[in-house]
Amino acid sequence: MENPNQNLSSPKEKFVKGFQKSLNDPQLRKNFRNASFALKSMRQTAFPDEAAFKELQELGHRIKMKALKNLGPLLRQLEQKCQEKGIQVHWAESTDEANQIVLEICQRNNAASVIKGKSMVTEEMHLNHFLEQHKIEAIETDLGEYIIQLDHETPSHIIAPAIHKDKKQIAQLFNDKIEGAGYTEVYEELNAIARKSLRKKFYKADVGITGVNFAIAETGTICLVENEGNGRMCSTLPPVHIAVMGMEKVIPTLEELPPLLTLLARSATGQPISTYFNMINSPRKEGEKDGPKEVHLVILDNRRSQIYQDEHLQKTLLCIRCGACLNHCPVYSRIGGHAYNQVYPGPIGKILAPQMNGLESTGGVHNASSLCGACGEVCPVKIPIPEILLRLRYEGVNKSRSSKVHEHGTQQNFKESMAWKFWEKIHASPVLYKTNSGLGNLLNSVMPKNAGPLKNWSEFREVPQFAAKSLHQLAREKGVADE
Amino acid sequence: MKFPKKPDEIYFFGTCLIDMFYPDAGISAIQLIQKEQVKVIYPQEQTCCGQPAFNSGYRQEAQTVALQQIKLFPKKIPIVVPSSSCGAMMKHHYLDLFEDHWALESIKDFSERIIEFSQFLVHVLKIKMEDLGEPVELTWHAPCHALREMQIREEPKQLLQQLKNVKLIELEREHECCGFGGTFSIKFPEISKAMLSDKIDDISKTGASCVLSGDCGCLMNIEGGLKFQKKTMVGKHLASFLWERSNGKS
Ligand code: SF4
Repeated sequence: MENPNQNLSSPKEKFVKGFQKSLNDPQLRKNFRNASFALKSMRQTAFPDEAAFKELQELGHRIKMKALKNLGPLLRQLEQKCQEKGIQVHWAESTDEANQIVLEICQRNNAASVIKGKSMVTEEMHLNHFLEQHKIEAIETDLGEYIIQLDHETPSHIIAPAIHKDKKQIAQLFNDKIEGAGYTEVYEELNAIARKSLRKKFYKADVGITGVNFAIAETGTICLVENEGNGRMCSTLPPVHIAVMGMEKVIPTLEELPPLLTLLARSATGQPISTYFNMINSPRKEGEKDGPKEVHLVILDNRRSQIYQDEHLQKTLLCIRCGACLNHCPVYSRIGGHAYNQVYPGPIGKILAPQMNGLESTGGVHNASSLCGACGEVCPVKIPIPEILLRLRYEGVNKSRSSKVHEHGTQQNFKESMAWKFWEKIHASPVLYKTNSGLGNLLNSVMPKNAGPLKNWSEFREVPQFAAKSLHQLAREKGVADE
Repeated sequence: MKFPKKPDEIYFFGTCLIDMFYPDAGISAIQLIQKEQVKVIYPQEQTCCGQPAFNSGYRQEAQTVALQQIKLFPKKIPIVVPSSSCGAMMKHHYLDLFEDHWALESIKDFSERIIEFSQFLVHVLKIKMEDLGEPVELTWHAPCHALREMQIREEPKQLLQQLKNVKLIELEREHECCGFGGTFSIKFPEISKAMLSDKIDDISKTGASCVLSGDCGCLMNIEGGLKFQKKTMVGKHLASFLWERSNGKS
């Protein structure tokens, strides 16, 4: 059947356009490079001893792995404990279902306005847009989220959503969009402007929506990590609190929490612990003066259970969303978050987005990596991101029906497959290989420099010259043993 | 990490990039090892470790080529590789590539014997070199796979520190990728360029006359960029440099 959208640019083209745009924007590049240096050095200070970090990282990995291995029973336990304490639990297989659940709760409570704490999972759902379609105002209350919402943008980083903007740009934005704000570049004043304008919204909101950093199965506790206190306001001021989590956030007991919290805060911002840490155990009880009357926990799948089925790929679900892999990624720090066109950018996005939304539909972001390994090195729960990237590249060209990866086999194209077949023939045959590399001198003169793959190479690099004599020849001449 | 005792003989896996573009680095490495009274065996039928296909997702093709190499190195002696990237492919990624292969056990034996050149010099040969060259200032670019897959940290610098006329100027962001990444550099030229330009800026800032590395992928990329920008600084493989400086004496 004909695809009515085929004239629109493909995901791949969109991605290419996206990163070309970023690369040609010197201001944006400066913002990202500076911000990632700053975040990197903050993390570095928090983990001065590499060996100690490795130990903690190993512990983090083990805790999350264990939780993952036991995911089904833990989720059931979480549900049961929450229900016992009056937290209502909802299951959503897709983002549509999750949106619908949130909408119904809002409508039942006649909500006209909703305040939100920072949450990537609701970005996954495009919840704000959805609620607005249903005439419910959704206001972001995290400072970074608030800034980008003013400018109708999406987050460019999973923990620092407005990282692509510098102080001047924010000052200008506030001046243009907030009545009576005026222009100021003083951080405290910018903060005060945002706070003042948000206060009013906090008081009149009918529902508060937040994400979840960890959910404790044994006690039915929802944990929320944040720095601004807005998460606490969202989860305590309005009469209804809805917490939304991806199903991989559950851990068995409170005991596992401290190491993970340490890893999260230090990896994210270099803080020993976040300024606020909220543990939500129930709605307001009889006789209590504050807290929401209803607390809901929405547990979202959105293809996580499919990712879970593969014992290697399931490690993608270990992620605690600290953002360290983004800050350390040489690609992310050059092209920024928006270029990827995905909810999750950077290394975690490169492995998560294609598995959630399809290898083809995400434009081949998993190919845009030099495989330098910086992400895997700093990841607090030791996700082997480079290995997962390699696996996804394989799945991209793997047409076998047994593959469970969404849109597997769609990246295979005839020209490339033939090229690799040809490569295989030459390198699996010592004779062919020798003939080929013996032609070096000839190749030097006949290889077109301005066409084919060499064109991309030679645009900003000299093309390497084949040596007059190969190592095979030199070794023979020098009488190196050939056994 | 565990390293073997000094052996009487070793295998040398030269890698395809060195074979075609940097044979000098390969032969230098071989000669440095021979000078320590270790016999070097260079199986002439070797070609490539298979990494380019593996990294592009073409595992079947990579397997065929890898198996062709593995059978050439049957003796239970170390296999020295003058490239951390190819070394990591054979030492670590083969286990992934052949996860379900019937010959996994013998492949493991092959992988365990892989040892990168600078680690071999430092930990196995415990080499001592004498510097015969003029005073020179240089800088070191740490290949990503050396750092993060082969766990090579100080070895190259320890070797350079033995050379009294060599002054090593630390490269800012030494651990940041140069933008090569094999086919990445061709598939995503603009991103690769952005990474390389920053690397070249950092290298230029050192004022050194030469940048050394232990991986010919990085070297080809960095040298290509330096030449394109008409910089006077040259790029060299660690092995070539060490042989040049200590040739004939130890
Ligand atoms: S993948 Fe690892 S480093 Fe990246 S956000 Fe997740 S936990 Fe942090």
